[in-house]
Amino acid sequence: MSDIFPKWTNRLPLMAAVAAPILGLTAIAGITYYVTPKYTRVGYQPKQPVAFSHAIHAGQLNLDCRYCHNGVESSWFSNIPSTSTCMNCHSQVKKDSDKLALVRDSFASGKPIEWVQIHKVPDYVYFNHSVHVNRGISCVHCHGEIQKMDEVAHAKPLSMGFCLECHREPEKYIRPNDLVTKLDWKNTGFDGKKAVHDWKVQPGQSCSTCHR
Amino acid sequence: MRKFLVYFLSIWALAVVTVVSVAGLRGGLSRKPPLEVFPDMDRQPKLRPQTTAGFAGFADGKSSRVHPAGTVSRESARALDETATGKKADGAWVDANPLSVTAELVRRGRERYDIYCAPCHGLAGDGNGFTTKFGMAAVAKLHDERLIKMADGEIFNTITYGKNLMYPYADKLVPNDRWAVVAYVRALQVSRLGKKEEVPDAVRATLK
Ligand code: HEC
Ligand code: HEC
Ligand code: HEC
Ligand code: HEC
Ligand code: HEC
Ligand code: HEC
Repeated sequence: MSDIFPKWTNRLPLMAAVAAPILGLTAIAGITYYVTPKYTRVGYQPKQPVAFSHAIHAGQLNLDCRYCHNGVESSWFSNIPSTSTCMNCHSQVKKDSDKLALVRDSFASGKPIEWVQIHKVPDYVYFNHSVHVNRGISCVHCHGEIQKMDEVAHAKPLSMGFCLECHREPEKYIRPNDLVTKLDWKNTGFDGKKAVHDWKVQPGQSCSTCHR
Repeated sequence: MRKFLVYFLSIWALAVVTVVSVAGLRGGLSRKPPLEVFPDMDRQPKLRPQTTAGFAGFADGKSSRVHPAGTVSRESARALDETATGKKADGAWVDANPLSVTAELVRRGRERYDIYCAPCHGLAGDGNGFTTKFGMAAVAKLHDERLIKMADGEIFNTITYGKNLMYPYADKLVPNDRWAVVAYVRALQVSRLGKKEEVPDAVRATLK
């Protein structure tokens, strides 16, 4: 009889009492750290079909975002530019570059370039670009420093908590409306509180603002 | 008990190190699409702009549709007047801006010009935008006499349809914005045509 449970099993409860909290806390820490958009989304940088660089076009050349993303002020959707937008310049600029071969093919055939979409809120969330960029909210808060990226990477979590952080305190982020696409703008004396009050900016916090 | 602790803690440490080295830290770059942990209703079978539709109705799969051949959108059918075409009923160019040229319109025009035209034509219209340093040839100088004398409607038409080496900008500027840009181009031209006598006395003294 005495052989079924060897002696050391007497210490099992003690071992469990030591191990369980350690394993439990580790699991909680692991989940808090990893199972959140701050880990799952941030840093997503898919390979794009054309080696297009925002650091060149929006940074070095200082093209305005709206030259390409021209729908951003007038619609909920910020469009990816059509091939003809690239050809405005690349019909002459670097017109024999290999890197642009796909752009020329696409322009000739009418078959769109298949850019990989990076930022994507779930379909049950209503998001709208124009309400933000026409109210002094810059691209940089939600997309990071695009003008320095050779390849676009997901820079912010875009989780519900992230949206609400700003909806609760827009005065920390708001800026003059004509500087929304100047991503490197530094606030020197612009009074956010006053702007929020004067422009009657009231980002909704009720569920139906974003889930409608 | 001590033996147990040693084993347990080393296995624990090994497990933590393995997980962290496989999963990496927050913010690390990754080519793989994000994991959707509970993908309940994240992606619904509805059409989003600029995607492949996944909808049998469209043979080419594009969710953003182009007009079927031979059709006209209601918007453009309703507005086939001068403001939308830059042409009078008899086909001649509209001479002067059909919108009332206010400070507000010129301000709007300036903003649009700086975004869409300045990369080639330069902020002041001298035809020296940055693209000219990278091989963009033949960019028109907007202060040319020919362009100064040109009817507003023809400049409007150039923005709408492009001209020779210049591509169209109709997709980026709605008709009213095109007229705003025309107004601003005129303002740029006038700024070079001023005579010394027109400058207020107080300022004229400071001119060289
Ligand atoms: C010359 C045209 C051009 C300009 C100017 C430009 N973009 Fe883009 N942008 C693109 C193209 C093309 C893509 C798709 C390829 C990619 O992701 O790199 C894109 C992608 C993006 C994306 C990622 C979209 C997604 O799939 O989630 C963001 C965000 C973005 N741009 C923001 C900006 C901002 C902010 C600016 C201004 C600082 C800007 N862009 C200026 C052409 C442009
Ligand atoms: C306003 C003009 C303009 C537009 C619009 C534009 N580009 Fe460019 N692009 C340039 C210039 C100028 C350079 C060269 C920069 C340099 O040499 O430093 C360049 C360089 C490039 C290069 C690198 C080419 C090489 O051989 O090194 C690629 C790729 C490129 N662009 C892709 C695109 C795509 C894709 C689009 C459309 C979404 C686009 N560009 C729209 C002006 C433009
Ligand atoms: C308040 C946050 C916010 C601001 C400000 C913002 N964006 Fe976005 N952007 C988003 C979100 C969220 C998405 C994903 C939208 C979706 O899933 O449809 C997105 C998507 C995009 C896309 C990809 C669209 C697609 O579906 O391919 C582009 C391009 C883009 N934004 C450009 C811009 C530019 C340019 C600006 C500044 C003028 C800007 N955004 C400002 C939050 C923002
Ligand atoms: C950096 C600040 C900021 C962030 C981040 C932000 N918002 Fe907003 N949001 C605003 C402001 C400011 C308004 C404009 C309120 C107004 O016009 O009174 C607004 C308005 C809106 C509206 C329109 C509300 C209405 O009354 O119709 C929606 C919808 C919205 N936001 C959704 C989102 C979602 C979804 C996210 C996260 C992906 C987000 N916002 C992130 C600042 C922000
Ligand atoms: C400012 C915009 C905004 C408001 C206001 C808002 N949400 Fe959300 N909500 C979001 C976004 C964005 C997501 C998607 C988060 C993600 O994908 O990480 C989301 C996701 C959710 C989810 C799904 C979570 C999941 O991972 O499955 C639930 C449930 C939810 N919201 C409930 C609510 C309720 C209840 C309220 C009101 C108290 C509310 N939301 C208000 C933006 C908002
Ligand atoms: C990508 C470079 C580029 C951009 C951006 C551009 N243009 Fe041009 N533009 C040209 C070139 C090149 C020509 C010379 C066309 C030719 O004669 O071959 C030209 C010519 C013109 C002319 C003279 C046409 C004529 O009758 O000779 C006008 C007027 C003009 N552009 C206005 C504009 C306006 C307004 C915008 C902004 C909406 C604009 N352009 C944006 C490159 C550009």
